[in-house]
Amino acid sequence: MMKTRREFHKLAAATAAALAAPAFVGSKVFAQDKPIRVGASVSLTGPLASTKNGLIGYELWRDDVNAAGGLLGRKVELVTYDDQSSAANVPAIYSKLVDVDACDVLFSPYGANLSAPVMPFIKQRDLFMIGMFGLAGNDVAKHDKFFHSGPWGPNSGRDWARGFFDLAKGQGVKKIAIINADLEFSKNAAKGGAEVAKEYGMEIVFNQSYPPNTTDFSSMIRNINAGDPEAIFIASYPADSTAIIRGVKEIGISDKVKIFGGAMVGPQYGALLSSLGPELNGLVNSHTFVPEPTMQTPAIKGFFDRYTPIAVKQGVDPLGYYIPPFYYVAGQLAAAAITGSKSVDPAKMAAFLHANSVDTIAGKIAFNEIGDWKERRVLMVQLRGIKGNDLEQFRNPGHQVILDPPSLKTGDLAGPYNKARAS
Amino acid sequence: MISIDILLNAVVTGILLGSVYASLALGLAITFGILHIPNIAHPTLVVAGAFFVYTLSQWGLDPIVAALIGLVPFYILGVALYIFYSRVFERRGGANVLQSLTLFFGLSLVIEILLALGFGSELKSVSVSYIGSSLKLGLLTIPYRLLIPALLGPVMIGAVWLYLSRTNSGTAIRAVAHEERALSIAGLNPASVKRHAFGIATATAVVAGAALIMVGPVEPFAGRFQIGRVFAIVVLAGMGSIPGSLAIAVIIGIAEALVSSYLNPSWSPGVAFAILLLGLALRPQGLFGAAR
Amino acid sequence: MRKTSILFIAGIVIVLALGFLLPWTVRNPFYFFVGYVVLQYVTIATGWNILGGYAGYINFGAAGFFGAGVYLSAFLFTTFGLPLPLCILAAAVFGAVLGLLMGYLTLRIQGVYFAIATLGLVVVLETIVHNISALGGASGMAVYGPRPPAWSPGPSQYNFTIMLVIAVAAVSLARFVEISWIGRGLRAVRASEDAAECSGVPTLRLKLLACALSGAVLAMAGAPYPFYTSFVEPVTAFSLIIGLNAIAMPLIGGTKSWAGPVLGALLLASVQQIATVTISSELNILFVGLVLIAFVAFAPGGLSDLFGRRQGRAKS
Repeated sequence: MMKTRREFHKLAAATAAALAAPAFVGSKVFAQDKPIRVGASVSLTGPLASTKNGLIGYELWRDDVNAAGGLLGRKVELVTYDDQSSAANVPAIYSKLVDVDACDVLFSPYGANLSAPVMPFIKQRDLFMIGMFGLAGNDVAKHDKFFHSGPWGPNSGRDWARGFFDLAKGQGVKKIAIINADLEFSKNAAKGGAEVAKEYGMEIVFNQSYPPNTTDFSSMIRNINAGDPEAIFIASYPADSTAIIRGVKEIGISDKVKIFGGAMVGPQYGALLSSLGPELNGLVNSHTFVPEPTMQTPAIKGFFDRYTPIAVKQGVDPLGYYIPPFYYVAGQLAAAAITGSKSVDPAKMAAFLHANSVDTIAGKIAFNEIGDWKERRVLMVQLRGIKGNDLEQFRNPGHQVILDPPSLKTGDLAGPYNKARAS
Repeated sequence: MISIDILLNAVVTGILLGSVYASLALGLAITFGILHIPNIAHPTLVVAGAFFVYTLSQWGLDPIVAALIGLVPFYILGVALYIFYSRVFERRGGANVLQSLTLFFGLSLVIEILLALGFGSELKSVSVSYIGSSLKLGLLTIPYRLLIPALLGPVMIGAVWLYLSRTNSGTAIRAVAHEERALSIAGLNPASVKRHAFGIATATAVVAGAALIMVGPVEPFAGRFQIGRVFAIVVLAGMGSIPGSLAIAVIIGIAEALVSSYLNPSWSPGVAFAILLLGLALRPQGLFGAAR
Repeated sequence: MRKTSILFIAGIVIVLALGFLLPWTVRNPFYFFVGYVVLQYVTIATGWNILGGYAGYINFGAAGFFGAGVYLSAFLFTTFGLPLPLCILAAAVFGAVLGLLMGYLTLRIQGVYFAIATLGLVVVLETIVHNISALGGASGMAVYGPRPPAWSPGPSQYNFTIMLVIAVAAVSLARFVEISWIGRGLRAVRASEDAAECSGVPTLRLKLLACALSGAVLAMAGAPYPFYTSFVEPVTAFSLIIGLNAIAMPLIGGTKSWAGPVLGALLLASVQQIATVTISSELNILFVGLVLIAFVAFAPGGLSDLFGRRQGRAKS
């Protein structure tokens, strides 16, 4: 016993020494010819691992920039760590990126839950960051050097799915049902949706959240049917999206329902598109990019031509319409800020992005004072004419018809849901 | 919103879910209820069974057929687990309950991670022709996705119960935990009886896994959400009572279905544990007698 | 005994002094982020060991107590603006009550049932948090921490020092329990509950006390967490890895004395922190799981036992 304790004191002393040692190593060296470092945390493992195909977007951007001679004559280096989809790992990772790896530009982790821990950090240290898909990520911190790469638009906590309610209003919907997964993104969507529905004078006949691991929706669908709604707004995650669509097929739904879907995560991904196939027909759902004539440009087509072979090799989503292009956009925003301001100084880079709009593969982007896109560009698409489970059909226009926003519209809502579903 | 068809459908869904829970708990009713080995890795073994069924179904096999094929490898896996378990603890003269709990805890983690590494952490599901349609009986709409696994449960439980109560080797299993010495006198090797029992318990995991993946998609860590249910079932049924476990499972299933229909589905994960805690607090004397 | 106590107190004074001085000498904040996590695990392992190691009652629900501490302190801070030390104190009291409650419900029966019930505690608490909108439900809540006081150069350094003080308090408590009548009684419970009961040891009361102390330390370990991440949500507050590490660290270090969990936590948490920035998380958990099995199977006394045995042999 005694020995153990003495051993322990020795060990404690050694640990203290080890902790103190890095003080001498930590000093930074700056030089003009040193590469520009871009740091990010990516969810390679854990529940959000399905977002890891975004990394391909970062890497393609880095390769493109370096092939064109880098930025300000300096090479670009990408430093990434796996946050394991856990917010607990995020503070240490970003401290490492900033304090040890000396990154000049930061990309946030995926989504609002993982980004929340870094917001106070970048605000307090006054750093420049591009936000990755974090809905309303900067609404609390209001940091002036933060910019969204995603198209959520201003006041996104409430408004990002407004397109669905605009469509419902256009159909004269008076009664609406809202269900959501008890998770951050879905919960925000449902809460915002309920406010918008009230604003449009709709009666919410059913409003319920369910826990993340729900697999049986039969009782919920019966309860929805009992409320007799004309529109059903669903904010769900991939597993429950499948279960809900299957449940509707099993239990059946009223012919009065004109529009069904809204904020379901999953039917954007190749895995779900091919596993559900024709069962998705008629669904109206949010998206960020689809290969419709109003959106397809040579630049973004070129991106996907290079993305697909890499994705197939890595075994991730071969379509990649939802997330990866905006990871490339994040890189383009950083590049524009650096070359536009001719520096890697956070204040100058931010000032440039606030003052200028930037051309990206996702179109022209302008930012408001807290880094939201000035204009919301979330799509509402209707899935149509899907035959069989072949994934390649989704590369052609006409299967994911854009109903909203009006500027990108490629078709009108087909309804009611039961009829659209059967077609 | 309270209407007769919602109530009726909730109760029927609860009965069906309960039947599925009972097949999940069967293996534990043998290892923990009869052998008194606290195998908290059992729900994870069920998930491993589900992934086994998933793999075979990728080649076009029906999940039930896949489960029947899986019986043999899972029996062997169970025997191997028991040999490892007994080697570790026999050297120390008898199993310390707490150390064996920790061992199985570590084991379940290792299995989960291996599944995650092998299959990825996304949800996997099987697609069969009868999934997605339902049986309509008057007011009732019963999805086949629930009905078929729910029928599987009582069949398997009945078979195991008949085996344990009507055959000699089954009787030996029921006796081994309490009367090891008597078994030795009767010329039976207690260690091999226990090995056999552990093998059977693990083999039930693959059938339960088939039921689980038919009901809904499964991910490598899905076992965590079943631990509460299966222990509640085994403990409240009275340790080792297999027909009792079916009854308790159905009660829990109905309770969960009613909670999610009338209260909110977000409360239902806690239902089984709340029942377990209440059971432990209110009638410990009943459990006293059964536990050793 | 006296000599070791003096040594122990001297060690504590040195560690505390370092805790207040290091933030001014080590410039790079990164090491304080990492150091915070390591110290958090020292506290968790120490707290778990008061019940698990001394009394032999396995608690699978360490994450439940930890998460309860996280949420209580986040709630008290954001709603009432309670200062951090009071949040920590409140978390400790809450953890103790939770521990008492768990113990009262299940300890009258057998250790196995206690263990199973603790498995459920995490699920029940997580379900409750999901359903309370004041706690942010599943979407979590942002917590903008207090400005660090003048004696600390920045928030990460401040959190580090606070966690160090908590860890030192936890270890001192564990050592006190170990060498006092409580520890003697618990060891008797661990050896044979019936024998202890017959020879007049108040086993139930001792176990309840251990439950309360252990719960208090575990919840205390969670109290500064909202200020470390600036954000709490149920999945990370009740994370599986916390429950796993709480068991693995003491078992690897050795459960008989206070030094075991400290040693195990320092080792395992450092390895994990290095691993976070190098290898994938799945391999990380796999590694912990395998090490845990190996120690249970082949070295139930943990590292300190292995150390002791080797030295004993060398001596003889």
